[in-house]
Amino acid sequence: MATRAEITSGLAEILEEVAGVNPDDVAEEKSFTDDLDVDSLSMVEVVVAAEEKFGVKIPDNEVQNLKTVGDAVSFIEANH
Amino acid sequence: MSTTDVVVTGLGATTPLGGDVASTWDAMLAGRSGVRALTQEWAGQLPVRIAAELAVDPSEVMERVKLRRLDRSEAIALIAAHQAWADAGLKDSGLDPERFAVSFGSGIGGAQTLLNQDDILEASGPRRVSPHTVPMLMPNGPAAWVGLELGAQAGVHSMASACATGAEALSLGLDIIRSGRADVVMAGGTEAVIHPLPIAGFASMRAMSTRNDEPEKASRPWDKGRDGFVLGEGAGALVLERADHAIARGATIYARLAGAGITSDGYDIVQPHPEGAGAIRAIRRAIEDAGITKADIVHVNAHATSTPVGDMTEIAALLTAVGDHPVLTSTKSMSGHLLGAAGALESIATILAIRDSVVPPTINLDDPDDKLALDVAAHKSRQLDIPAALNNSFGFGGHNVALVFTRA
Repeated sequence: MATRAEITSGLAEILEEVAGVNPDDVAEEKSFTDDLDVDSLSMVEVVVAAEEKFGVKIPDNEVQNLKTVGDAVSFIEANH
Repeated sequence: MSTTDVVVTGLGATTPLGGDVASTWDAMLAGRSGVRALTQEWAGQLPVRIAAELAVDPSEVMERVKLRRLDRSEAIALIAAHQAWADAGLKDSGLDPERFAVSFGSGIGGAQTLLNQDDILEASGPRRVSPHTVPMLMPNGPAAWVGLELGAQAGVHSMASACATGAEALSLGLDIIRSGRADVVMAGGTEAVIHPLPIAGFASMRAMSTRNDEPEKASRPWDKGRDGFVLGEGAGALVLERADHAIARGATIYARLAGAGITSDGYDIVQPHPEGAGAIRAIRRAIEDAGITKADIVHVNAHATSTPVGDMTEIAALLTAVGDHPVLTSTKSMSGHLLGAAGALESIATILAIRDSVVPPTINLDDPDDKLALDVAAHKSRQLDIPAALNNSFGFGGHNVALVFTRA
């Protein structure tokens, strides 16, 4: 069972790989689109990579609710 | 020079001979070949194991994350276009975006993306296919990216006429400016298909050189030993601008794009018309459009790809449409054949030949074809005063494009 900090750090690695986000900028309160400049196509890549990394299924209709890094951490924490 | 003339005010390129225009031109004048043996594992199974790969890989000049969402043909189109934009002094110049258009094409398009993503589909399933796949493989991708990054709002146009694409893109740019739809057009071509499938396809047509043991000697236009073209990759970009617009902002003018001629053979999907009828009409139209006569053409950067049939058909067409006086070269002897980028790169070479009064060499012309009745700058570059020059491009499908450049 990964901690919230571990999930956040795992997401930071993915965000760096697919969208060039500086891992130091990744924090739970940050918005993917407004703060981290992750566009809609890159968000799809983040989701697929997160599913693989954390062994979760993130349905497409759930993705729109994941506004911040913290939203994604909570979803992964609850479902993996 | 009339104020409604169209002039060239910026050049950009990334090619097998160099990562920019200056290094590419230096390599051409020195007669260097950009053709090398392919060292990729996949090359081992192919009948053709040579190509002219980029001298500077896009990863050396573009961020990794940006490259992830660009087909290689799009990445190099952007690299060339940004160079041309800066060269023209248009960076942060306040150019009205509604008066700026793009005319850019590729002969084959995002084939590497299509094939690589198909590998992922087969191996890992549809969910792993990149969401960037469609914008990476769509044929208008290079033009769209160039327009997006440079802020073009007067229209973004994509050409596809095989190996005549780059030249046709320039011709459309000329039309756009003449018709008043824009003041500035970023025009050019891009190609990046050094991948086993396109190579296997061209090789199956018996269109490519199999001189695998002597890569640098494989591209040998008009030589008796020629046995096909050598595939190259690269991009060329030219800033076309209405002359009075260029003069008003004090731009450096390389040359005039004085005329263009486009025809189609209506003869065969891959073979040129045996007498070069379509090529003759294109050349005549370009000269007429430029308002000069055939006697004025003193240099020709020929299409000449090093194929047994095509090279001599072009010679016959030139003898009829221009005469036996111009000094020829085929820079493909050094760069390989850049397909959809060829017309753009060779237009750049033609323009620099005019500027520097020098014809770049045709290397490997050791034993000229008996029917080569024209003077070629073989082996070494040649000093020549060039008030006007012609650049030919022909493409599978029977496309013929001739461009005339004159000293501004």
